[in-house]
Amino acid sequence: MDKNMKAKPRIGDKAAKAVIWTAALLVIAVLVCIILYVLAKGLPVISWSFLTEVPRNMGREGGVASTIVSTLLVTFTAIVIATPLGIGTAFYLAEYTKEGIITRIIRFSAESLAGIPSIVYGLFGFVFFVEILGMGWSVLSGGLTLAIMILPTVIRTSEEAIITVPKSYREVSFSLGGTKWQTIFRAVFPSAIRGITNGVILSVGRCVAETAAVYLTLGSTLRMPTSLFSPGRSMAVHFYLLASEDISMENAYGTAALLIILIFLINVVANTAVNRMIAKNAKR
Amino acid sequence: MNKISIERLNFFYKDKQVIRDLSLEIEANKILSVFGPSNSGITTFLRSLNRLYDLVPEARMEGLILLDGKDIHAKDVSLTELRRRVGMVFDVPTPLPLSIFDNVAYGPRLGGVKSRAKLMETVEEALRMAALWDEVQNRLDIPAMSLSGGQQQRLCVARVLALKPEVVLLDRPCSGLDPISTAKIEESLCELKKRFTIVIAPHNVQQAGRISDRAAFMLSGELVEEDSAQMIFSNPKNSRTNDYITGRFG
Amino acid sequence: MLRINFENKLKELHAEIIGMGSFVETAINDSIRAFKTNDIGLCKEIIENDQVVDEMEKNIESKCLWLIAREQPIASDLRQITTALKIITDMERIGDHASDISELVMRLPGKNSFADSIHIPQMAANAMEMVKNAITAYVTFNLELAKKTEAQDDVVDDYFNLIKQEIADVFKSQPQNMDNAIDYLLIAKYLERIADHAVNICEWVRFSQTGEHKNTQIF
Repeated sequence: MDKNMKAKPRIGDKAAKAVIWTAALLVIAVLVCIILYVLAKGLPVISWSFLTEVPRNMGREGGVASTIVSTLLVTFTAIVIATPLGIGTAFYLAEYTKEGIITRIIRFSAESLAGIPSIVYGLFGFVFFVEILGMGWSVLSGGLTLAIMILPTVIRTSEEAIITVPKSYREVSFSLGGTKWQTIFRAVFPSAIRGITNGVILSVGRCVAETAAVYLTLGSTLRMPTSLFSPGRSMAVHFYLLASEDISMENAYGTAALLIILIFLINVVANTAVNRMIAKNAKR
Repeated sequence: MNKISIERLNFFYKDKQVIRDLSLEIEANKILSVFGPSNSGITTFLRSLNRLYDLVPEARMEGLILLDGKDIHAKDVSLTELRRRVGMVFDVPTPLPLSIFDNVAYGPRLGGVKSRAKLMETVEEALRMAALWDEVQNRLDIPAMSLSGGQQQRLCVARVLALKPEVVLLDRPCSGLDPISTAKIEESLCELKKRFTIVIAPHNVQQAGRISDRAAFMLSGELVEEDSAQMIFSNPKNSRTNDYITGRFG
Repeated sequence: MLRINFENKLKELHAEIIGMGSFVETAINDSIRAFKTNDIGLCKEIIENDQVVDEMEKNIESKCLWLIAREQPIASDLRQITTALKIITDMERIGDHASDISELVMRLPGKNSFADSIHIPQMAANAMEMVKNAITAYVTFNLELAKKTEAQDDVVDDYFNLIKQEIADVFKSQPQNMDNAIDYLLIAKYLERIADHAVNICEWVRFSQTGEHKNTQIF
C-alpha cells in the first residue's frame, strides 16, 4: 500500500519528464537542422567579394552588397520611427491613464495590428506611402510600413516591462519629492530598459527578416540605395526572388546564411550594449 | 505650537471608511508610536501626512491636517515640497536599483543639487545619521541591492534623511529585520529625534514601549487613546488598549 | 554597542542604588554617633530622613517596573532588575532600623552607663561595612565580595552574644538599670538585623550572577 502510493507519482513524474524532454529536444533538433542545412549550403558561397559586390545579371553573379545596405537602412528607419512612438504609447498606457475607453481602444488596435499578416501591411504601405503620398518605392516607404508593423510589439513589450517595475519604486520616488516625470524618467525607465530593449531587438529581427511588406514598399531594384528616397531590395526579398524564380539557388543559400548570421550578430551586439549600459548606470 | 495638528480626519477608499474622526496633536522632536492590529488604518494615517495616498485614485480624505499650522491640502502647497519636509520609510526595504550613493543622492538630485561635492557631503551625513556609514563608506558605488536587509532599511532611512526633512514617518520599518538590525535602527531613532519629529508604526507593542515618547493606539480606523508612553504602557485609560498591549487580543 | 539606551538606563539605576546605599550607611553611622554622644537633634534628623529612604525606594521600584515594561529584559538583565527590586526592600528595612535605633537613643537618659561601651560601635562598624560591601558587590557584580560579606555575619553575631552576656551581667549587678539595659539590648538586636539584611542583599547578588538563591536554581 505504502509502496504503491510512493510508486505511482514516480511513474507519472518520469513520464511527464520524458514527454517534456522529447518536446524540447525535437524543437531544438528541428531548429539546429534548419540552421545547419542553410549554413552548410550557404557558407561556401560567402566570400569577400560576395559581401562587397553589387549583384549582377539579376543576382546570378556578383555579391549582395546593395541588399545588405538596403536591409540595414530600412530596418534602421523603422526602428528609429517605431521605438519612440511605441515607448511613448507604452508609458502613456501604463502611467498616465486610468483604464478606460481610450486605453481599451489603443490596446485593441495594437493587438489587432499584431495579428494582421505582413502582406496586408505591405499592401497598405504600397497604397498609402508609395502611391497616395507619392513616396514611391523607397527606404522611407519601407521603413514607415515596417514601423507600423512592429509598433504593436514594441508597445506590448514596453508596457509589460513598465508594469513589472515594482510599485514601490514609484512610491519611493514620489515620497522623496519626485514629480511624475522625474519618477518615470529616473525610477521607472531605468528599471524597464531591459524589457523595452528586448522588445526592440525582437522587432529588429522581424524587420530584417520581413519579406512581403518590404517587397511592396521598398521595391526590388538591385542598385545601391543612396538616400532615404531610393528604392532597394532587402536581403529577404533578394533570397525570395532568387529562389522562387530559380535564378541561382547557390546565391539564395548564401543570402539566407548571411541573413541568419546578421540576425545573430544584431542580437549579440544589442544585448551586450544594453548590458554595458545597465552596468554603467548602476555604477554611476 | 505642535508640529502637526490633525483635526477630525476621515479617510475613505471608495465606500470603505478606513479612518474615523481622528484628531491628534504631534509634538516636535518626539517619537510618536502609532500602533494597533493590522488593518487599523495606521498605514493610511501615515500616508495621509505626506499625501502619498494622492497616488491612489479611489482615496478620499476629509478633515484638516496642519503642518506648522498650515493646511497641507491648501492650494498653494507644493506636493513635492511637502514630501521633502515629511519623509517616509516603508515597511520593506525599498532600495532603487542604483548604487548606494545614487540611492541616497536620489532625493537631493530631484531637488536640483548637481555638485558632486555637495552631494557627497549630504550622502555622508545622512549615512552617518542612519548608522550605516562605517559599513559602506568604502563601497558607495556597489548596487544597493547587494546590501543585507537591515543595511538596506538603514539605507532607506538615510535616503529620507538626505532630504533634510522635518518629519520622518516610518511604517513598520523593522518588520522583516533581525533583532540586531532592529536594535541599530531603534538606537539611531533615539538620536534622530533630537533633530526631527518622528512618527512610527512600530512592528510590535514591545518596540513601541522601547522607543516612544508618546503612543497612540488605533483600532479599526479609530484613535482609541493617545498619551505619554508612560501612561499608555502602565495605566492605559481604555480597556481595549490594555487588552491589546497585554496581548489579550489582536 | 547595541541597546545603548537600555545600558544607560541600567547605569542610572545602579547609580540610584548606590545613592540609596550610601544614604542608609550614613543613617547607621549617625545613629551610633548619636548613641555615643546622646545627640537628640541628630536622632530627630535621622528619623525624619527615613522618609527620604522610602522615597528613594519608591523611585527605584518605579524605574525597575519601567525597565521591565519597556525593555523586556531577559536572562542576566532580568536578574539584575529583579535583584534591584529585592535588595531595595532590604535597604529600606536597614534605614528603618537606623531610625529605630535613634528612637531608642532618645529614650535613654542623658548620661547612660552604656554610652562608653565599645562593643556597640564595633558591632555597628562591622554591620555598616557589610551593608557597604553588599551594595558594592551588587553594582560591581562581585561574587567573591558577596560571599565574604555573608561570612562576616558571624562576627556580628558574636558581638551580639557578647553584648547579650553583658546585659545579663547588668541584670544581676544593677537591677535599677534594667530598663535601659533592655533598650541597649534592642539596639544590639537592630544592628544584628541590619547585618542580616546585608546578608539577604548578598544572597540576591549571588542570584543576580548565577540565578541561584539559597542553593536553589530559581531563574
